[in-house]
Amino acid sequence: MGFFGQLFVMAVSAIFIHNFVLSQFLGLCPYLGVSKKLDSAFGMGMAVIFVMTLASAFTFLIDKYLLVANGLEYLRTLAFILTIAALVQFVEMVIQKNAPALYKSLGVYLPLITTNCAVLGVAILNVTPLPDGSTYNFLWATLNGFLSGVGFTFVLLAMAGIRERLELVDMPKSMRGFASGLILAGTMALAFYGFMGLKI
Amino acid sequence: MIVTTILAASIGSQILIPVIILGVMGLAFGIILAVAAKFFHVQIDPRVEEITAILPGANCGGCGKAGCSGYADAVVHDGAPVNLCAPGGAEVAAHIARIMGTEAGSMQKKAAVFHCSSGGYKNTNWKYSYTGIESCKSAASIAGGPNACFWGCIGYNDCLKACMFGAISLDENGMRVVDWNKCTACGACVKACPRKLIELVPQNRAVHIKCSSLAKGPDAKAVCGTGNPCIGCGICARKCPVQAITVNNNLARIDYDKCINCGLCATACPTKAILDLLAGSRKKAEIDPETCIGCAICAKACPVEAISGELKQAHSIDKEKCVGCGICIEKCPKKAIRMQD
Repeated sequence: MGFFGQLFVMAVSAIFIHNFVLSQFLGLCPYLGVSKKLDSAFGMGMAVIFVMTLASAFTFLIDKYLLVANGLEYLRTLAFILTIAALVQFVEMVIQKNAPALYKSLGVYLPLITTNCAVLGVAILNVTPLPDGSTYNFLWATLNGFLSGVGFTFVLLAMAGIRERLELVDMPKSMRGFASGLILAGTMALAFYGFMGLKI
Repeated sequence: MIVTTILAASIGSQILIPVIILGVMGLAFGIILAVAAKFFHVQIDPRVEEITAILPGANCGGCGKAGCSGYADAVVHDGAPVNLCAPGGAEVAAHIARIMGTEAGSMQKKAAVFHCSSGGYKNTNWKYSYTGIESCKSAASIAGGPNACFWGCIGYNDCLKACMFGAISLDENGMRVVDWNKCTACGACVKACPRKLIELVPQNRAVHIKCSSLAKGPDAKAVCGTGNPCIGCGICARKCPVQAITVNNNLARIDYDKCINCGLCATACPTKAILDLLAGSRKKAEIDPETCIGCAICAKACPVEAISGELKQAHSIDKEKCVGCGICIEKCPKKAIRMQD
């Protein structure tokens, strides 16, 4: 399997089979909270892709050269949260200064992602041994972060699209909003469960 | 002795190394962020923060922006008017104007006025007995509402519940009373009323039409709980000296920008549908002949032509015609006109 073959397998795995929201149940808060409108869902998704990719790269380096080198794997959660929070803060400052337009579209969502469990999740899963005992290298860890973010955005947009249409449906009042959102999330998770059978 | 030393050393390194590593990480990130904060500092207009601090912080949305900070931002960056904050009133408008370096403009404090005289325990005509949820919105949606008048107050106090400043209370007859001192004219009650009976009116206006019925005269009279509906006869519009009243769809409306509080419409109304808060307490204007220089400015300004006199001669006011609006007092360059009982 060449590089692109591997990339394709990883993409299908990250987006469909091991989707962060629907099969790993991480990042449910923005999934339910920011999925009322398509354009805000898109902004949130872009911010998540951005932060996940950067966080994957940085936490991989921190893990390899600081934690594993000193036998401190048990400090991963703590060290990663620290790294991600500082990273997001730093990135926010940089784009506020250098790209005000980007800041206006991403700015509101960036602080929300700081402690998003999907971002911490991808960082920890990147350094956890795979079922065959191997681990990712730097490049694949970063790519995994990016593709997991794409998977998150994909599901968030699908959810927002469905919810925008459900707004127009004549539903009992008690089922409107969050209640139907939860049922929808469960149904989508069931649908994505079907991807588990994919053999690649 | 040796054992304890080894133990202490091993525990020490086990604890010390992680603490040092995490501590150094935290310190490094902290320093980087501190430097970055300085290096990538973006100038935020300090006026936004100043205005946000002055605004009442009720986040009522009366200005049409998303909360107080949204309004502050709109004032500084989008040139929004400085006098949109209803709860803050003229005082806040003046503060904002000072920060922005502009004029505050005239801001007359407004208050909610009900355009209906019905809706209490005794003065409502019921069409059927409503036993559903105690809310006007819900009651209004069942067979056109439980009260006989399709346009009238239902009396389930949605406006009272919507008011976050406690400005609306009930009197002994179950009628809603607005405390004009507490009312901030945020408009929450206006939105809450399913019958659209409430209007925000400048507080210096004293004459109000207490009806919103669009029904034809006899029909309106048949269903009105107080028997004082507007029947759209148009007498008030003809009496009004400043053409502030228009009759449309069997209902008279006062243009509060034109109204001079003379109260002529209220005395003329055959169904007593117009409330005059100043009734009986109005004074008449009188010209001091010593000070009057006969400029005739007052005569031109008088809406009821009660002032007469030769040019350069002292003018006089016909007490019968004078409605006590006070316009001449404002116009007189010599301050020769006063109100007399």
